[in-house]
Amino acid sequence: MSDYFIPDPEGRTPTAEGYFGAFGGRFVPEALVAAVDEVATEYEKAKQDPSFAAELDELLVDYTGRPSPLTEVRRFAAHAGGARVFLKREDLNHTGSHKINNVLGQALLARRMGKTRIIAETGAGQHGVATATACALFGLSCTIYMGAVDTERQALNVARMRMLGAEVVGVETGSRTLKDAINEAFRDWVANVDHTHYLFGTVAGPHPFPQLVRDFHRVIGVEARRQVLQRIGRLPDAVAACVGGGSNAMGIFHAFLADEQVRLLGFEAAGHGVESGEHAATLTEGGPGILHGSRSYVLQDDEGQITEPYSISAGLDYPGIGPEHAHLRQTGRAEYRPVTDDEAMQALRLLSETEGIIPAIETAHALAGALELGRELGPEGVVLVSLSGRGDKDMETAARYFGLYDGADDADPEGDE
Amino acid sequence: MSTDSGGNRALLESTLAAAKDEGRAALVGYLPAGFPTVDGGISACTALLEGGCDVVEVGLPHSDPVLDGPVIQTADDVALRGGVRIADVLRTVREAHAATGKPVLVMTYWNPVDRYGAERFAAGLAAAGGAGCILPDLPVEESEGWRKAAEEHGLATVFVVAPSSRDERLAKITEAGSGFVYAASVMGVTGTRESVGGRAQDLVARTRSVGELPVCVGLGVSTAEQAAEVAGFADGVIVGSAFVKLLLSAGEDLEGGLAGVRALAGELAEGVRRTG
Repeated sequence: MSDYFIPDPEGRTPTAEGYFGAFGGRFVPEALVAAVDEVATEYEKAKQDPSFAAELDELLVDYTGRPSPLTEVRRFAAHAGGARVFLKREDLNHTGSHKINNVLGQALLARRMGKTRIIAETGAGQHGVATATACALFGLSCTIYMGAVDTERQALNVARMRMLGAEVVGVETGSRTLKDAINEAFRDWVANVDHTHYLFGTVAGPHPFPQLVRDFHRVIGVEARRQVLQRIGRLPDAVAACVGGGSNAMGIFHAFLADEQVRLLGFEAAGHGVESGEHAATLTEGGPGILHGSRSYVLQDDEGQITEPYSISAGLDYPGIGPEHAHLRQTGRAEYRPVTDDEAMQALRLLSETEGIIPAIETAHALAGALELGRELGPEGVVLVSLSGRGDKDMETAARYFGLYDGADDADPEGDE
Repeated sequence: MSTDSGGNRALLESTLAAAKDEGRAALVGYLPAGFPTVDGGISACTALLEGGCDVVEVGLPHSDPVLDGPVIQTADDVALRGGVRIADVLRTVREAHAATGKPVLVMTYWNPVDRYGAERFAAGLAAAGGAGCILPDLPVEESEGWRKAAEEHGLATVFVVAPSSRDERLAKITEAGSGFVYAASVMGVTGTRESVGGRAQDLVARTRSVGELPVCVGLGVSTAEQAAEVAGFADGVIVGSAFVKLLLSAGEDLEGGLAGVRALAGELAEGVRRTG
């Protein structure tokens, strides 16, 4: 019995075809069908193999540092209508975010499949850093695709990946962000599928990725649920997480799905505001469509061309979202709200100054949401937030946004434009 | 051969059969609609058919062409920045067919059709005189709705098979498809290649062994020599990026580009007719 690798109990979601209600599936070119089939088959075998769980558990404890702590943030909560706010500290994992949970699981799968090379996409660089880390650990060759806009705004993470021995390829096509990095990774995979595993970084993509990435992150919610119960003797009223593709959100939501009294809230990047047209609020403003191998919600025009998203946060700057989120929204089990750049940046500063914790800009969207939720719930309320990543990588963007460099005392509320 | 309500699937079938009767492979060309402009694209598709192609595939440009290499990505980008719409793609089909009487297919990623509506798209394509559709990222398992619409409107549904396709999938795909089967010669995206690869011949043989449809080979072919080589074992040879490259390098000189397209089509047409 595994303590940290805790896949969804048998017989729930998705269907054998990879559907969560109306969303999901496997929209891949024929050349990749055999490869995604192989991943699905190997994952099912691995789930039945106690040695797989044992090895993953050991890594998650001794290498990642699980379980991650639960921190109550009282000074921050004073700004949230007096509700109690707890942070699930995925920022304290090795490599600085939740991404390592999925990466270690898939790296073990890749080794079982005999793959010698790993490719991955990255937006903010957190998935890329985690992937490069696992490849260093397992002695696998590693290529990371990253949009050229993101290699610039997340330069620190580019250096980290290269330090870990990975090749980082800047992608100059399209919007030059996460979406385009995924396109380029798929092109690589089609050509090199014999020896290469595409270590997909979020709960999107073709079946089985939405399922297996979720399963590797379920530990976040399983731990947090147990920790909150131990701490206060009851469940939280609401669970908040940021959503780009939606991996940390799905990881923390999933263990609470059956607790109907617990509200699940995902906070999307509203960029300059949803009315501005410059945002990445896929569930708020998008519609059903197919992107990167599954049917979900996408930002698109009336003829199915994907539109360019915008967010100050590289990790949320994506015009799609995982299909299970689209399903949870449709069934009403989860709610999704937009948070602007400015709201997120104010929350980032607030948590830094009140608690000494600098979150990633992605995560700051969830914190802005928690402030709003706390005020709605009032002093009796309890909010659990997925603190999905730390903000070291964002200091350049934050310093420019707030004018933190010497000789730049005037804050620039418009950010880095 | 077009009727008011029906597409030109039968014309596609008879064209491929006629090439076979002549003891040669058919030549299939590809160009995206709207590139370099909508009218320029229509002229290019027409030049390609007049130059010697038996069939043309008109690409529906997409924001995220995951299966295309840099050449077609660039052309799609030009077309989209020029504001190409599905109505323009259908006009390209109509005019290329009207000018030449040859079969015209559309090649498209699935999301634009899904969004536009499969039934609406099939009706529009048939009305424009189209012969069918190639849907490289729509797996056969997800294709039932489209196939029903295509069947109703007299359109062929061309599926792509790859060297990685196992025999049981080849059988399933060949069973569901119509017109021909598109065999990807190599594992990879579109683009010209030095060598088309030995896996193509094996794939064609495996595909033929499980069904009756003609098998055309695409990805990588750019020269008459390669066309002749592929024609030795396949029912058709598909060439795309090599034509797009000519138009890209012609830049502002559209007439020069069209002359290049016509000349290359002629060379390739000679290639597929070589014997021995």
